[in-house]
Amino acid sequence: MSAAITAFSDLSGLAAGLARRDFSAEELAQWTLDRLAADRTNSVLALQPEATLRQAKAAQQRLDAMRPEAAQRERPGFSLLGLPIAHKDIFVTRDWPTTAASKILQNYVSPFDATVVQRLAAAGMVCAGKLNCDEFAMGSGNTHSAFGPVKNPWDPLAVPGGSSGGSAAAVAAGHIPAATGTDTGGSIRQPSAMCGLTGIKPTYGRASRWGMIAYASSLDQAGPIARTALDCAVLLAAMCGFDAKDSTSLQLEEENFAAKINQPFAVGPADAPLSGLRVGMPKEFFADGLGAEVRSAVEQALTEFKRLGATLCEVSLPRTALSIPAYYVIAPAEASSNLSRFDGVRYGHRAAAPRDLLDLYCRSRAEGFGAEVKRRILIGTFVLSHGYYDAYYIQAQRVRRLVAQDFDAAFQGCDLIAGPVAPTVAWNIDQAASDPLQEYLADIYTLGVNLAGLPALSMPVGFGSGSSTGKLRPIGMQLIAPRLKESLLLKAAHHFQSATDWHRKTPEPFGAAQ
Amino acid sequence: MSWEIVIGLECHVQLKTASKIFSPASTQFGAAPNTQAHMVDMALPGVLPVMNREAAACAIRFGLAVGGQIAHRSIFARKNYFYPDLPKGYQISQYETPAVSGGQVVISIDGRQRHIELTRAHLEEDAGKSIHEGIAAIPAGCSGIDLNRAGTPLLEIVSEPVMRSAKEAAAYARALHSLVTWIGICDGNLQEGSFRVDANVSVRPAGQQEFGTRCEIKNLNSFRFLERAIEIEAQRQIELIEDGGRVIQETRLYDPDAEQTRAMRSKEDAHDYRYFPDPDLPPLILEPAWIEEIQSQMPELPGAMRTRLAEQFSLSDYDALMVSATRATADYFFQALDAGRSLGVDPKAVANWIMGDVASSLNRDGLEFEQCRVSAVQLAGLIARIADGTVSNKIGREIFSSLWAGEFDSADAVISAKGLQQIQDTGLIAQLVDEVLAANPKMVEEFKGGKDKALNALVGQVMKKSQGKANPQQVTDLIRSKL
Repeated sequence: MSAAITAFSDLSGLAAGLARRDFSAEELAQWTLDRLAADRTNSVLALQPEATLRQAKAAQQRLDAMRPEAAQRERPGFSLLGLPIAHKDIFVTRDWPTTAASKILQNYVSPFDATVVQRLAAAGMVCAGKLNCDEFAMGSGNTHSAFGPVKNPWDPLAVPGGSSGGSAAAVAAGHIPAATGTDTGGSIRQPSAMCGLTGIKPTYGRASRWGMIAYASSLDQAGPIARTALDCAVLLAAMCGFDAKDSTSLQLEEENFAAKINQPFAVGPADAPLSGLRVGMPKEFFADGLGAEVRSAVEQALTEFKRLGATLCEVSLPRTALSIPAYYVIAPAEASSNLSRFDGVRYGHRAAAPRDLLDLYCRSRAEGFGAEVKRRILIGTFVLSHGYYDAYYIQAQRVRRLVAQDFDAAFQGCDLIAGPVAPTVAWNIDQAASDPLQEYLADIYTLGVNLAGLPALSMPVGFGSGSSTGKLRPIGMQLIAPRLKESLLLKAAHHFQSATDWHRKTPEPFGAAQ
Repeated sequence: MSWEIVIGLECHVQLKTASKIFSPASTQFGAAPNTQAHMVDMALPGVLPVMNREAAACAIRFGLAVGGQIAHRSIFARKNYFYPDLPKGYQISQYETPAVSGGQVVISIDGRQRHIELTRAHLEEDAGKSIHEGIAAIPAGCSGIDLNRAGTPLLEIVSEPVMRSAKEAAAYARALHSLVTWIGICDGNLQEGSFRVDANVSVRPAGQQEFGTRCEIKNLNSFRFLERAIEIEAQRQIELIEDGGRVIQETRLYDPDAEQTRAMRSKEDAHDYRYFPDPDLPPLILEPAWIEEIQSQMPELPGAMRTRLAEQFSLSDYDALMVSATRATADYFFQALDAGRSLGVDPKAVANWIMGDVASSLNRDGLEFEQCRVSAVQLAGLIARIADGTVSNKIGREIFSSLWAGEFDSADAVISAKGLQQIQDTGLIAQLVDEVLAANPKMVEEFKGGKDKALNALVGQVMKKSQGKANPQQVTDLIRSKL
């Protein structure tokens, strides 16, 4: 193990280390593999050290061929060449099994890499393995994995959030500097918040969905979870781009989100880089359901925004409460259809000795899917059924349009919207299974963004107590921008992080055996 | 009681695109099982569909050909049901908004023209095939799945329930088949399933306004079967009602061996397909500029060609209809005309040959027009030799047979090899006439007694003696003048 590599380093720092030849990409990969192998959060689903080290060796050869200064030339961004990343097990990979944390895909190996995986590999990143998540990304606490719940590195009794819980836990535990996630109703932002990390979900259509196992196709987006806004900016730029294999992919020029991240929002005093930035606080996000600790931490962060020159104003998103039922109609409807392909016929789990075709279908799916997935398939099948379609699906689509209009109207009066990510800090793992409805309601601040297809970011802004163990659990704040304004989100978060150190906090050692 | 049969057809037309509707796999027929199944067709985790614009272009061509409304924006929906040859667990199909609405197809029945109104034509993907027997690799009691066909683009063309006889339905199906091959969107191969028909059949007492309960007969892949299946199904429904029974709405299959239709599934077992717009595919936008571009590349359509054949070449309506029955027939006609232009070939003669010996020879040998054994150029050469009096019509037909058999390359080669030129020497013909008249005094008497039949017999005798090489008109005139 190289002494120069320390846990909880961010990507930017590791990139500088590689460029200085402090350590090699292979040493970094081996270090990461060792951390992941010793993980105690249950965030790891698959490691293939040979494949990882093969990629690291190739990356190091590219690094060696470069003059040292060339590797650092991309300031304020940095080269991803030789840096490790791990993927949520929703992205298909050739060299690692892909299960979507479901028994129905146990041991499945894809013949191709997801576009996001392939793009990061093309940027020279070294894949360290596959990470746990809620089964088919359905859940808010990562308790719905066929391979067991993931523990929060800040408090092993707590959930890490979900559905990208393994991604957040692995980064928070200091195993790896960054991971990919997917966000259908908050699945990047909420675990980032609950694990004290920075994560961003881009505008719908920015990141290709090719190779991302579909949960709800019209809502799913990929994005990074990392330590800093700068790391997220560099990762997001590498992940996004038009892909002809995804018909919903946006045809945009590739954008370097890190390029102007240091620059002020507008011309103003040097110590107030966010001068002129109008930050809207939706009154519905600060209403009764919001926990006191979260409210306090978010309000303090907003005070910091003010100190950085931003002006705060109240805005309204009147359909916020309706986004829950709308989401929990549309997402299960799409899921019920998307998951029909898991039928035991061509791949994945097949029931033993089926009596006939119906028995093959019924038992393969009954044995292969977990309870939450079954619940959503049933809800989705119901709302699409003849006689109910108009009352549920069509109505939900109407609400979806209204939710999007609410955001449009709110952005008339502000540049960014800020608010909490979740009403509370992470709940306890043993509370999770009791009431699915409580879990759905906890998504209230994140769902609208997916319904409207907007970009949104989560970053750490404090801690709350949450349990009787005395361990603190992180609190996140959400920033929401108009369509395609990711660079503004990242810039605002970067200036906040340049002035604060919430993102530098690390949990007591638990995540890996030391 | 007299009954009226009501028929509407749903025709599944396989579009002639190089690749599938949502994947890059080839659509070529007959490959080894599952060798033309892309991972999109297999519905592997993480795959997504991408619309093949060529399939959309086919829908536009069809819309233009039938004068239908082409939707500038149409939606693909998911039709959800489980079946082993449907890998995704849903079929992507246009549901609420088809690419083409309305339009009509002209058919000809008993010498009259009828316009058959269309409801819609929508794009969708085909399923794979389940193979239950006949493959050694599949153990007994198991079924095989071949996904080569999965994702093949289809245009489903739905007619209004406006046909009133099995014959009319078959005529419509033929006309539609001819049209889709004419405009080049379908190869028309019935054996390979490129053109499959479902027939909705109901009966009602003549004069009644409301429709009776209908049954759908699935997957008819020959016009003969279609006609027969409808006849049998209508008869079954009539007998059922006359015996006091009631038709129940169901899907039926036609068994040509047993000459009956059999229930497949009733409406009660019908799936709830849970249609909803496919979130993986944006609306299909058919830009006006694209439609115009395709319009400018459209071939002359059968209707316009019929008019032109009648006006420009003075063909009768019937001849024009027959010549434009299929693209291959029309191409053959015009090729023969081109080749015969400098040889004084008459369009009417070409049409007659096509409808006569060409059609009957194809029919006899079970060939399609594309496989015609006498080329248009050969036919033009033959007609020229009849027109210029080198050979008679009768000898012409012998030459045709000889060309069909592939014995010679051209009519001229047959004529010179077999010495079939008409006798031009008037003295020689007069000599033959004299001989025949002398040898048949009885017939001569009969003719003189007013029997015209006797004249034909005498002409026949002379023709026989000349081995068919005399000009029959010349012989007739000579006999008349001599008697």
